[in-house]
Amino acid sequence: MERQLIKGNEAVVFGALLGGATHFFGYPITPASEVAHMAAKQFPATGNCFLQAEDEVNAINMLYGAAAAGSRVMTASSGPGISLMAEGISYMAGAELPAVIVHVQRAGPGLGNIWPEQSDYNATVKGGGHGNYKNIVLAPFSAQEMCDFTYRSFELAEKYRMLVFVLADAYIGQIMESVTLPGDVKHAPRYDWALYGDRESRGNLISSILMNTELLSTHNWKLDDKYKKVAEELTEWEEYETEDADYLFVAFGVCARLCLSALSALRKQNIRIGLLRPKTLFPFPSKRLCELRKKIKTAIVVELNNGQMADDVELALRCAVPVHRYNWMGGKVPSTQDIIDRALKDLRG
Amino acid sequence: MVKHTKPKTFYEDFVRKGGPGEKNTHYCPGCGHGNVHKLIAEVIDELGIQDRVIFCSPVGCSVFAYYYFDTGNIQCAHGRAPAVGTGLARSLENSIIISYQGDGDLAGIGMGAIMHAANRGEHIAVFFVNNAIYGMTGGQMAPTTIVGQKTLTTPLGRSAGRDGFPLTMCEIINNLAAPVFIERVSLGNAARILKAKKAIKQALVNQVEKKGFSFVEILSPCPINWKMQPIEARKWLIDKLEPVFPVKNFRNGDSQVKYDPPRPVSDEEMKKLFNLEKDISIKQKEEHISEQLVKLAGFGGQGVLSGGILLANCAIAEKHNTSWLPSYGPEMRGGTANAGVIISDGQIGSPLVDNPNFFIAMNGPSLDSFEDQVLPGGTILVNSSLIERKVNRSDIKTLYAPLTEIAQQAGAVAAATVAGITMYALSTGIIAVDTIRQVIPLSIKRKALIDENLKVVDAAREYYEKNLAKT
Ligand SMILES: Cc1ncc(C[n+]2csc(CCOP(=O)(O)OP(=O)(O)O)c2C)c(N)n1
Ligand code: SF4
Repeated sequence: MERQLIKGNEAVVFGALLGGATHFFGYPITPASEVAHMAAKQFPATGNCFLQAEDEVNAINMLYGAAAAGSRVMTASSGPGISLMAEGISYMAGAELPAVIVHVQRAGPGLGNIWPEQSDYNATVKGGGHGNYKNIVLAPFSAQEMCDFTYRSFELAEKYRMLVFVLADAYIGQIMESVTLPGDVKHAPRYDWALYGDRESRGNLISSILMNTELLSTHNWKLDDKYKKVAEELTEWEEYETEDADYLFVAFGVCARLCLSALSALRKQNIRIGLLRPKTLFPFPSKRLCELRKKIKTAIVVELNNGQMADDVELALRCAVPVHRYNWMGGKVPSTQDIIDRALKDLRG
Repeated sequence: MVKHTKPKTFYEDFVRKGGPGEKNTHYCPGCGHGNVHKLIAEVIDELGIQDRVIFCSPVGCSVFAYYYFDTGNIQCAHGRAPAVGTGLARSLENSIIISYQGDGDLAGIGMGAIMHAANRGEHIAVFFVNNAIYGMTGGQMAPTTIVGQKTLTTPLGRSAGRDGFPLTMCEIINNLAAPVFIERVSLGNAARILKAKKAIKQALVNQVEKKGFSFVEILSPCPINWKMQPIEARKWLIDKLEPVFPVKNFRNGDSQVKYDPPRPVSDEEMKKLFNLEKDISIKQKEEHISEQLVKLAGFGGQGVLSGGILLANCAIAEKHNTSWLPSYGPEMRGGTANAGVIISDGQIGSPLVDNPNFFIAMNGPSLDSFEDQVLPGGTILVNSSLIERKVNRSDIKTLYAPLTEIAQQAGAVAAATVAGITMYALSTGIIAVDTIRQVIPLSIKRKALIDENLKVVDAAREYYEKNLAKT
């Protein structure tokens, strides 16, 4: 398989189509529009459906309909658009419909700006809409992972009947890198729960309303059990130089890339620091962090927000280890040197 | 007494409803929803399409339509059924999609969804039950509440001055080109109900015949919230609602929009389309290189971003790892543009080139901005066509070359960065000039442009060998 130079936002589309996606409904928003541009080209070119919706509220409801029909369906958006989708996301979680949402984060709140932030961590990882629900959240940190994670995401979504978010940021969307596209084309099987407009599926019902408190309670507990199962089966992360580490960076997305560079510079100065990079944000690698707390003296969480993941890291570490929060907001991205300087100050005292 | 038989499309027992009374619906006595359900079910029976129907129920009193219809069922968020129907219709060519909606659902919260679905001519039949009030939530004003009508939120009657006039959806949708069938009917009496059934049938026949978007508005009583007896409510419907919402056919024709769905492709065709089989690597990787942090900066239109992409493509062709990250957004629209390219044999950490070891300065402001950031021992290639001053620093290597003139003479001003990349290759030896020559035809589509770019490469090489090779 050959490597090609592909932009993160575009790699998503190749990964999706090879992963069996047949439908894309979306509404333009920087910095996610390039996903729609490439989808508008490649979905029809491969015999699939691309449709620009009138707004994100209806885009997500088109996903609701297409997912109910057993299609592999996706959208891509950014903060303000994701806010508008919150209602539909909650309905899909309630009705247990699988679909994929690529979220290329920009800076907020409000209209904010179009530069990178990771400030929708909470809205995406903890829910965002109403009710007790969770989404699977994958956090790519390269153009290759934009492709690979999207490629996998449809099967994950269908396996658990959940929404899968591919949570990127403006930089991971913009970056061009060598990408090897997956060689196998996948296809959605027929599902016994979906609506196909035929006799076998006629008795099926896609719904999130359960007026009876007993039934809704049972449903909510069933969802909760499913989320626990996902946590057991799906938690993924990557560690770099943690074997002998006294200190630990925790970061995802573009920040994990910055930390990788900072890590090698700090190691050259004899600071034994490692990096843990969650690849899934829900489920979160809490257990692994909890183990690491016996080994490390300090954790540093680097994020482009006001410390949203740091809360989860602190919880996982049971406050047994001091957590430094290195945060940038408003679209400002630190240089590697900024991180190194702060780490030297904090770790050397 | 007439014996009412249940349509086959209704469940025998309403098990999903649960509780006592599995034979009866949840609707109030005299409610129009029951009538409309029955008409739809009968038509489905008559057309023999029960297996193919997917019924989208709204939020409103008819939220539980799936208790009754023995068809595929999907319950939608408030107002969104036309969007849900769109997702279904675009997935299932052979199904019959019904979007059943109330007036709050369709003309209030769901106004955007219905207008756009209608405008696209989605293949759905919409049954719009207009009872001039919000039934489910206990009787608040609807977009179709008539002027003077008392509701919980218009206790003194709807005031046109404050609340606007009732929305007439058939008339509004009749402004659009795509719908094929638009009709308003009434449940005011038995004769009207017969007519209503005809319209419902036409809308569904249109789905069977794949004609397109069909819209039936049904004036329907809500005795409970109108605070009337069922018989009085039917009379009020005829006397008060029908004058505001004329009962008539607005359109019955063929669609003016035609959509040819794209041709499906095989897995093999898809792989070919995505270049999966094509090998762009040009030479076998030889010795390991030290990590290259290259920055190109200039103004928009100088080819800064595309020059960076060319370099990154060359790096891949020589089997290195690479990343390219632009400055983007408003910065790209005029003003300065810059791109960072990293070439490495290891894993690339930060994709940001904060401190380049090779900086190609295409114009003066870029040199001013980034000169100080170049790593000691690094190189600055100055486009002397546009930059008059010399580099101030003495801890770096400098190369001066008239990149813009070189490109201009070769006939491609926009390729000045190609000249820069060529000199980068010659000066560092990280990539071969031959690689650039071979990658250009792979990454540029227009033949004339390819030739011009190749000329720029040759001219740049000539200039470099003559003037800079010894520095
Ligand atoms: C987003 C949202 N807002 C408000 C509601 C509350 N709500 C439920 S039904 C309804 C109005 C229904 O009226 P209509 O569409 O006219 O249907 P009817 O009950 O009269 O048949 C409202 C406002 C809701 N379910 N969701
Ligand atoms: S409230 Fe009105 S619309 Fe709702 S069931 Fe009762 S009569 Fe019908």
